[in-house]
Amino acid sequence: MLSLSHYLILGAILFAIGIVGVFLNRKNLIVLLMAIELILLAVNMNFVAFSYYLNDPAGQIFVFFILTVAAAESAIGLAILVVLFRNLSTIHVDDLDSLKG
Amino acid sequence: MEFKTFVFYMLATIMVLASLRVITARNPVHAALALVLAFFNAAGIWLLLHAEFLAIALIMVYVGAVMVLFLFVVMMLDINIDRLRQGFWHYLPLGGLVGALMIFEMSVVLGGHYFSLAEMAPPAIPADHSNTRILGRLLFTDYAYPFELASIVLLVGIVAAVMLTLRKRKDTKFMHPSDQVKVRRNDRVRMVSMPAEKEGGE
Repeated sequence: MLSLSHYLILGAILFAIGIVGVFLNRKNLIVLLMAIELILLAVNMNFVAFSYYLNDPAGQIFVFFILTVAAAESAIGLAILVVLFRNLSTIHVDDLDSLKG
Repeated sequence: MEFKTFVFYMLATIMVLASLRVITARNPVHAALALVLAFFNAAGIWLLLHAEFLAIALIMVYVGAVMVLFLFVVMMLDINIDRLRQGFWHYLPLGGLVGALMIFEMSVVLGGHYFSLAEMAPPAIPADHSNTRILGRLLFTDYAYPFELASIVLLVGIVAAVMLTLRKRKDTKFMHPSDQVKVRRNDRVRMVSMPAEKEGGE
């Protein structure tokens, strides 16, 4: 019998994989964006699971808005990536030091 | 084992393996394709949770649009993969440890009986239950204002993406039509007053 904790632990595993992805691919902006998508998917998984087990559709509305914001975020992020590559011919994080930070 | 449980474990296993492939793949194209697989399995799990509308929306929006965008960008950029993977093995032990600890702690908390999550029974779903109808009714009544705000977020996203990537090329011989229409006689012809030539002069 499936219980709520199954889905929550699955969400936790996904979230941890996303965090580890941010750790491992610090130099690669594209895979960083993908890791963020994984983390958002983990959050959405928790929302949907709670929405079903509490019988409250408001959770699914939240997932709807998170999907909207995530789509806008990845579109703008990828556009910034393209502009960066056009100007610098690289997306290596170590080369992005023009602000001398 | 109940069939639903079997389906859940199958989808969950494939999803976790695909997401591991996302963060370890050498080629970003493989990572994007693995992410597509992970989203697809997540949509299957949402179907198990009776969130049919969101599952289909996830496949359409993510697999259909966002991941194609990712693939476009990955294939458009000419990147040096070896240099991007610098420090991968160096950070693997620490990152793996942090991730394993997070999973362990969350499993201890969520898998135990502290919140009586296991006793929380799934609600009985009536036969004429329509997830899409409920969501639509909520979106256009209680959440109508946030719904309109979401459309503004998307509009800003479109405008920002277009403006960021728009550029003027200097080497094209493009003539702007409105400039052509607005041209006056004085821009093209200059009247010069000079003394008239006399016949047999010199």
